Amino acid sequence: MEDHGSVALRRLLAALPAAVQETHARLGDATAVVDRDRIVDVLRLLRDDRECAFAMLTDITAVDYLPRAPRFEVVYHLYSPAKNHRVRIKALVTEADPRIDSAVALYASADWMEREVWDLYGIRFNGHPDMRRILLYEEFEGHPLRKDYPKERRQPLVGPRN
Amino acid sequence: MAEPYFPSPPLRSDDDFERDLHTEHQVLNMGPSHPATHGTVKFLIELDGENIVNLDIQVGYLHRGFEKECESGTWYQAIPYTDRLNYNSAVLANLGFCLAVEKLLELETPERCQWLRVLASELSRVGDHLTRCGASCLELAAMTPFLYGIEARELTWDHLEMLCGARVTSNYIRIGGVKHDMPNGFRESCRGYIARTRELLRDFDEVVTSNRIFVDRLKDTGVIDRETCIRYAVTGPILRSTGDPLDLRKAEPYLVYDQIDFDVPVGTVGDNYDRYLVCVEEMHQSLRIIEQCLAKLEKLGPGPVNVLDPRVRWPAKGRVFNRMEELIQHFKSVTEGPRVPAGECYAAVESANGELGFYVVSDGSAVPVKVRCRPPSFINLAPMGGMLKGALLADLIPTFDFINMVGGECDR
Repeated sequence: MEDHGSVALRRLLAALPAAVQETHARLGDATAVVDRDRIVDVLRLLRDDRECAFAMLTDITAVDYLPRAPRFEVVYHLYSPAKNHRVRIKALVTEADPRIDSAVALYASADWMEREVWDLYGIRFNGHPDMRRILLYEEFEGHPLRKDYPKERRQPLVGPRN
Repeated sequence: MAEPYFPSPPLRSDDDFERDLHTEHQVLNMGPSHPATHGTVKFLIELDGENIVNLDIQVGYLHRGFEKECESGTWYQAIPYTDRLNYNSAVLANLGFCLAVEKLLELETPERCQWLRVLASELSRVGDHLTRCGASCLELAAMTPFLYGIEARELTWDHLEMLCGARVTSNYIRIGGVKHDMPNGFRESCRGYIARTRELLRDFDEVVTSNRIFVDRLKDTGVIDRETCIRYAVTGPILRSTGDPLDLRKAEPYLVYDQIDFDVPVGTVGDNYDRYLVCVEEMHQSLRIIEQCLAKLEKLGPGPVNVLDPRVRWPAKGRVFNRMEELIQHFKSVTEGPRVPAGECYAAVESANGELGFYVVSDGSAVPVKVRCRPPSFINLAPMGGMLKGALLADLIPTFDFINMVGGECDR
């Protein structure tokens, strides 16, 4: 593993070498794959380190690489307004245990984005204060961005509650 | 003895009348389709009298599976879906997606194409800000400035139509280029447009900017500070209204923005009035950029507007009809489009609402594995509950207007 000239990856490898599984910087995007269980430590380091200063959690999303195991990747994009640099952090999540720790305590922006990942991919965020669906309705069956969710699938009709 | 059916209220002392009257909390359901909001969203508002105690924002009413649709078509078929993310600035969404795909393909677009893209983006941005400011006035019950704004927006859309062939869903930016060059007469017409838009913006300014009612509704309402914006990853005019000059056109210049002279307006206190002033000034700056684009395009002279890369461009018709290789290539291009090298990348543009990013993943085939749109509308809406805690119910309207949530982009 190497830092590819990225300050963020260098600091990450220096401080938490055991948590990092892989790094790359293809097409100029510095990327690190980290242990799922250490994600909060990694994000905290990147936020609080003075050279990294990733004050903004720009985006959280997931990717479903269906036949592959572990099946899901949760992808975090961080941006530092002070240093004007970016990093991408990924954590692998298995189909059998689709959970990861929530980043809400570190970044307020994680709140809605984690709810969206739960809604569309069915990955739960441990410690999230309000893990409701956000784009779809509570009665929706399944998680539509999973690759095994057919695009044409119909949902049962939902009547008015009460 | 049975309780009386209507118990008489306990007698009130004089002190009771001096106190602030706290009513029982009441839950008000506003939306999803409300005449005073330009955006499809539902608010569950817990009210104490007229003050907001708690605000639950429920989005998703326009969810139509943008990402799922993109993952089931070819790369080119995703571009029209990006048009429909934000009806005000379709070009910016096209651009964000195409820049991401071009990054994966490692394509460098010709100079003329880049200037055309900037020109179309800035036209789009003017249209978006005009809608935001005009419609906000309408929702604060001012019809006249809305009409000035809409006249200017129509002119903007007329010019986008000349450029792209459609007013709203432009589908102008393509992977590796733009649909076509400017038509004849566009430059002259666009100069007239800039002059007329400046006049209309002046009229708008005279009616609105120092209007007592407008100022009272906007000043010190929906205040947000810089730290909260950063924590919520809020970008665009909302962040700039707090005094932070973050603008991706300056911070990470894409296309030819590093060769263009323009200023980034910032506010001071981060209230709705600052957001309004930032948006108006951004329109003036966009008009300045458009002028520079027109001058530069004139200087550049005719040239290619698409990369000559067989992976993304169709071969010339004459060769398709006469040569076997080009015929096969044309067939493959039409039926499945480009095959994008395996990998992942993130590219972002400064849209009218903030950072509009696209994270795309390819496995090397003609169908994307993942097209994630990082929607500024969605992310900017998240802190709204906190911005309005304790505020009057009436402050919700201008605050929501100047956040400028666009349902198509927020809900995807």
